[in-house]
Amino acid sequence: MIGIGDTAPEFDLSDTDGEPAPFETPAVVIFTCNHCPYALAWHDRLMQVARDYKDVHFYAINPNDAERYPRDSFEAMKERVRRDEGWPMPYLHDVSQEVARAYGAKTTPDVFVLDSNEVLRYRGAPDPDHDDPGMNAIWLREALDAVLAGEEVARPETDPVGCSIKWKP
Amino acid sequence: MTVELLWWDGCPSHPEALADLERILREEHVDAQVERIEVRDDEQARREHFPGSPTIRIDGADIVPPGEGEPYSLTCRVYRLRDGRISPTPDPEDVREAVRRAR
Repeated sequence: MIGIGDTAPEFDLSDTDGEPAPFETPAVVIFTCNHCPYALAWHDRLMQVARDYKDVHFYAINPNDAERYPRDSFEAMKERVRRDEGWPMPYLHDVSQEVARAYGAKTTPDVFVLDSNEVLRYRGAPDPDHDDPGMNAIWLREALDAVLAGEEVARPETDPVGCSIKWKP
Repeated sequence: MTVELLWWDGCPSHPEALADLERILREEHVDAQVERIEVRDDEQARREHFPGSPTIRIDGADIVPPGEGEPYSLTCRVYRLRDGRISPTPDPEDVREAVRRAR
């Protein structure tokens, strides 16, 4: 588990095409999934942030136990990306759940912002209200603006809100 | 009228669902206690026919019936609000309609 100011663990996961996604920074690492209403409610906002910050590397990681939650299977992930005609970030399958454990992810979604030195600079929710698209992932955007400007992040940590990660027994 | 709220603590949505439900019961002048049932494991989920948290039942009927074949498990339910947005809680107007139907 990492805290603000710690160096984030690198990872080596494959996307829904089976292609490896090289770990590069600055980055936004989003633990998310297919079946959680919070993850789904924030999904479009997070995709838009990825489209707006083209100099940042975005990674969506699904860490859920697909045995107990078949909607989070690799096949279901592939189908979702296909149905959306592609995502602006790779959708990665954390089968072993090691990446989620290394980051200390708790919920879907749970958002981590890393600067170009791989240091964790923000962790938490995208914005204050999953129910209000007008919030526009403001906490994430504020963190990214600060990191890209080389400034301190004013609000480096918020409580992640969403469904608990479905750990394997 | 019997009113049940079934919930699982892996989802943070049940307090909001309960608040909406109790407010609507008050507004509709329905004097019914909400029975809160915590679902703790998959076996109980199957036994209770629990498609996810939160689930609201009035006189035994789910106010937003799940789709056919929906599994019973410890999960968070995905609701659609009337404006099409996805939500972890049912649209309050769906709750109100269900209360009025049961009166």
